[in-house]
Amino acid sequence: MSASDQPILRVRNLATAFDTDGGRVTAVDGVSFDVPRGKTLGIVGESGCGKSVTAMSIMRLLPRPSGVILGGEVLLDGTDLLQLSLDEMRKVRGKRVSMIFQEPMTALNPVHRIGRQLSEVFLLHEKISEKEAWNRSIEMLAKVGIPAPEIRVGEFPHQLSGGMRQRVVIAMALALKPSLVIADEPTTALDVTIQAQILELMKELQAEMGMSIVLITHDLGVIAEMCDEVVVMYAGRVAERGSADVIFNNPRHLYTRGLLDSIPRLGGKRKATLQTIPGMVPGLAEMPVGARFAPRSPHPKAPAYIASPAYQNKRPELLQIAPNHWVEDEEVVRVIKQEVSQ
Amino acid sequence: MVSPAPTTANGHPPASKPLLEIRGLKMHFPVKGGVLMRAQKQCKAVDGVDLHVNEGETLGLVGESGCGKSTLGKCVVRLNKITGGQVTFDGTDITQLGRSALKPYRKDIQMIFQDPAESLNPRHTIGNLLAEPFIIHGLLSAKERDIKVAELLEKVGLQASAADRFPFEFSGGQRQRIGIARAIALNPRLIVCDEPVSALDVSVQSQILNLLVDLQREMRLSYIFIAHNLAVVKHISDRIAVMYLGKIVELAPADELFANPLHAYTKALISAIPEPVPGGGRAQRILLQGDVPSPIDPPEGCAFAYRSWLPTSDDQKRQPGTFREVTPGHWVELHPGTVEDYEKYL
Ligand SMILES: Nc1ncnc2c1ncn2[C@@H]1O[C@H](COP(=O)(O)OP(=O)(O)OP(=O)(O)O)[C@@H](O)[C@H]1O
Ligand SMILES: Nc1ncnc2c1ncn2[C@@H]1O[C@H](COP(=O)(O)OP(=O)(O)OP(=O)(O)O)[C@@H](O)[C@H]1O
Ligand SMILES: [Mg+2]
Ligand SMILES: [Mg+2]
Repeated sequence: MSASDQPILRVRNLATAFDTDGGRVTAVDGVSFDVPRGKTLGIVGESGCGKSVTAMSIMRLLPRPSGVILGGEVLLDGTDLLQLSLDEMRKVRGKRVSMIFQEPMTALNPVHRIGRQLSEVFLLHEKISEKEAWNRSIEMLAKVGIPAPEIRVGEFPHQLSGGMRQRVVIAMALALKPSLVIADEPTTALDVTIQAQILELMKELQAEMGMSIVLITHDLGVIAEMCDEVVVMYAGRVAERGSADVIFNNPRHLYTRGLLDSIPRLGGKRKATLQTIPGMVPGLAEMPVGARFAPRSPHPKAPAYIASPAYQNKRPELLQIAPNHWVEDEEVVRVIKQEVSQ
Repeated sequence: MVSPAPTTANGHPPASKPLLEIRGLKMHFPVKGGVLMRAQKQCKAVDGVDLHVNEGETLGLVGESGCGKSTLGKCVVRLNKITGGQVTFDGTDITQLGRSALKPYRKDIQMIFQDPAESLNPRHTIGNLLAEPFIIHGLLSAKERDIKVAELLEKVGLQASAADRFPFEFSGGQRQRIGIARAIALNPRLIVCDEPVSALDVSVQSQILNLLVDLQREMRLSYIFIAHNLAVVKHISDRIAVMYLGKIVELAPADELFANPLHAYTKALISAIPEPVPGGGRAQRILLQGDVPSPIDPPEGCAFAYRSWLPTSDDQKRQPGTFREVTPGHWVELHPGTVEDYEKYL
């Protein structure tokens, strides 16, 4: 295997906890996945399943002192980011891996001109003059499709629409041509027509610059549109992962299946009863060691499993069921075979 | 025998009178600005809307952020004092009614919000929150209220024991159920649902949509259903109105709108939906240019023409379009910038 076939990012058994008044709670519990070079990997799952905490752990941006990485590896081109000093990590951020947040205003400083904020990115990492940095900023704004960039560069964030602000944030994230971009719900706050523009822009820039993308969203439509690989998270763990094709067309975890079945489809019958996933995600403090989806599983053996010691003590591994398809190794949370062939 | 039916701009003359009729509705907000902070401009959030809702029907309302959907909904439940036009409910013009005359209509027309937390006082138990509508309207004894509260909780799929707990003890989906329970407490006839599932995860979203459909069948409810997720709106709506910058630009039965969208904006909206099918089932994505315009100083004439890919001259842009019924029940704003070969429909 040549270097260019190697995944750009390998996350191995990442575990992250928070110290709260009620004690330590584990939000991400042994997550592993690979991001192929130049491709897009999507992370999907219900609110609170640990998508953002996974991203913040990779970026080493967890709130301090409450957020603690308990273990694991985050290998960016072979370098374990978790082993870097804060200073070294600061140099990696922006330059080799950068992040795009849901709400552009959290990434932008309201009192500084767009140009100053973009220039800072260049000035922090490169030995260039302020004038040069300003010009590079204009170039970057043009690249993300902002009309009249030489005027916009001198404006403040509030003078821009939400979609334009998100373009600026993307410009900042891509300014130093990082090899990996982590985008946490980059279009959730935007209208569908603006979302379409931003997703299109990300695809174009990826084709041009070749960066790899980790795209976090709860929107399965966005995942299908953008991603080559998909990680489905449930309650802090990976339930299933694989190519977008297998995840959408041959899901093997009951949770993935449940998610796909519960969305109304444009082609569906109006007012027909939608599938639902019964029950709720357990709270962080009451997570079992065993398969966490079991209490919501319709599998006939699920009640027996929940009553067994395995549910309390035995952590299921990920089982590889095809060259690029892994699913939680516990019978009662997997799609029952006969059902699939129907 | 039949006298000439009143032709409204919002649909073909209904067989029976619609439950709700909106005519020429305008909601303009004064915008403060300038050195003196005087109201100088108007934000034309809703600018001349005609719509109706029949009994037992769901009217979907879609459009981009800021186009006036929530404002329209609030005008219907009288949370806004309207600038112009008429809202007729069950034959009575409720826009002119004073406080006491309005009271029975407040009971009949309810609203569900995106974030139920906003409408649920965090210091009250669920029991108190659900009993409140009865107390306000002076209905039922304390004992009867308790029974009713238990019934309501059951109806929305919650345990009766929830009555003793507080809103923060519930998940987002459960809080939305409580919001729905409160909205249906007084047996309303119309509920304005403003993004009721937008904040929810898909698995919870489907539970709430099923609940709304079941309640509609059971109680013969009418809904105005506002959402930005077109697949959700299509799922629950009988007819759908597409709103752009304070105006309705297309109105059609739900299946017809998706099978045969005419307005360029509707086409763009539909093509922008990311479908959960890898590789995409979409024929061609239409990318609109630019941003959603502001309802303060809206562009003159046909607002959408300025963002449309259909070629128009500046002169044409300055002319407004005309809202016409082009096939039975299918209305659209006709303008060279909105509908391809628009002349064919004139
Ligand atoms: N600073 C914090 N302190 C304590 N717990 C936290 C903190 N940040 C996150 N958590 C918890 O960690 C879990 C995972 O949160 P995370 O933000 O990763 O969810 P998510 O999958 O991104 O959800 P969403 O789709 O809502 O963004 C949640 O239960 C959350 O409450
Ligand atoms: N009380 C108010 N005072 C002044 N302007 C208002 C008021 N309420 C709404 N507006 C303005 O009216 C316009 C329409 O707002 P509205 O909330 O109805 O949009 P919407 O279609 O519901 O958008 P969204 O999808 O973001 O909820 C916006 O420009 C908004 O800023
Ligand atoms: Mg998140
Ligand atoms: Mg709104």
